[in-house]
Amino acid sequence: MAFARSERPRLPTAIKILIAGGFGAGKTTMVGAVSETRPLRTEEVLTDRSIGVDDITSVEAKRTTTVAMDFGRITLGNDYVLYLFGTPGQERFWFVWDELAEGSLGAVILADTRRLADCFPSVDYFERRGTPFVVAVNCFDGSPSFQLDEVRLALQLDPSIPIVMCDARKRDSSREVLITLVKHSARLRAEPVGS
Amino acid sequence: MRGDEPTDENWVDPEIIRPYVVTRGRTQPAHGRFDLISMALAVGPPPGPDAGLDPEHLRILQLCREPKSVAEIAAYLDLPAGTVRVLLGDLFDRELVSAQEPRSEVDMHDIKMYRAVLDGLRSL
Repeated sequence: MAFARSERPRLPTAIKILIAGGFGAGKTTMVGAVSETRPLRTEEVLTDRSIGVDDITSVEAKRTTTVAMDFGRITLGNDYVLYLFGTPGQERFWFVWDELAEGSLGAVILADTRRLADCFPSVDYFERRGTPFVVAVNCFDGSPSFQLDEVRLALQLDPSIPIVMCDARKRDSSREVLITLVKHSARLRAEPVGS
Repeated sequence: MRGDEPTDENWVDPEIIRPYVVTRGRTQPAHGRFDLISMALAVGPPPGPDAGLDPEHLRILQLCREPKSVAEIAAYLDLPAGTVRVLLGDLFDRELVSAQEPRSEVDMHDIKMYRAVLDGLRSL
């Protein structure tokens, strides 16, 4: 039912968190595990709107690309809605990464110990951008078990950056990763919010 | 006729054109800059059939009876986010939705926001 203008409710504040990592690291799995709906998919058609395309003639003249992103929603009371966006897997879509990272609370980088190098670009990207991030090592069945210290060393992570184990398929585990990120981001940008 | 054959210069992927047919060729909203998490909510009485709205506009209004983001509208309507931005701009112009531009709204230094998010996550 539509609201009468006089009783127009306040819109909730939208917050976004990025879920990054290499192909197959479990990004969409994590989004689905904690979100209130199945992962949704949105597409950006890249016609370079940043340079002011304003009619169809220009669309014709340009090469266009469609980038799909999986995302999920977590409603946090009446005032906040948290969106989790899986970053597009290919680094050539930096344009989309920039839009996603802009104004985000932070990022979770999912690491797959079978292909640890796959998360180097994400680590580089968020370090360079100054976006708060945590690394979550997704423990797959049969994936080589590493100590967190070894992963930290391999990724050359600063000691201040949290690194945790997780099972991206599990709601509780994925939720703990998000809590770790929110605390980390608060420490960097606001003030500590308890342990 | 040879002139009708698509060439490299004029061939356009119909999958790309389709979204812009919905917006009559517009790729930019008339007003407002909506990013993927800009929230929209239908306001006011539902518009009548003479309001000059397209079916996509009406579907957005229906979806936005509860606050929805640009990304959600795009996903549920199976339209690219850019198309939804344009259509939302139309509705915003006609005061049929209230919308928010999050970049100016979220204060990343606001401790209250972090506390609210943590409390919300813990109670999931």
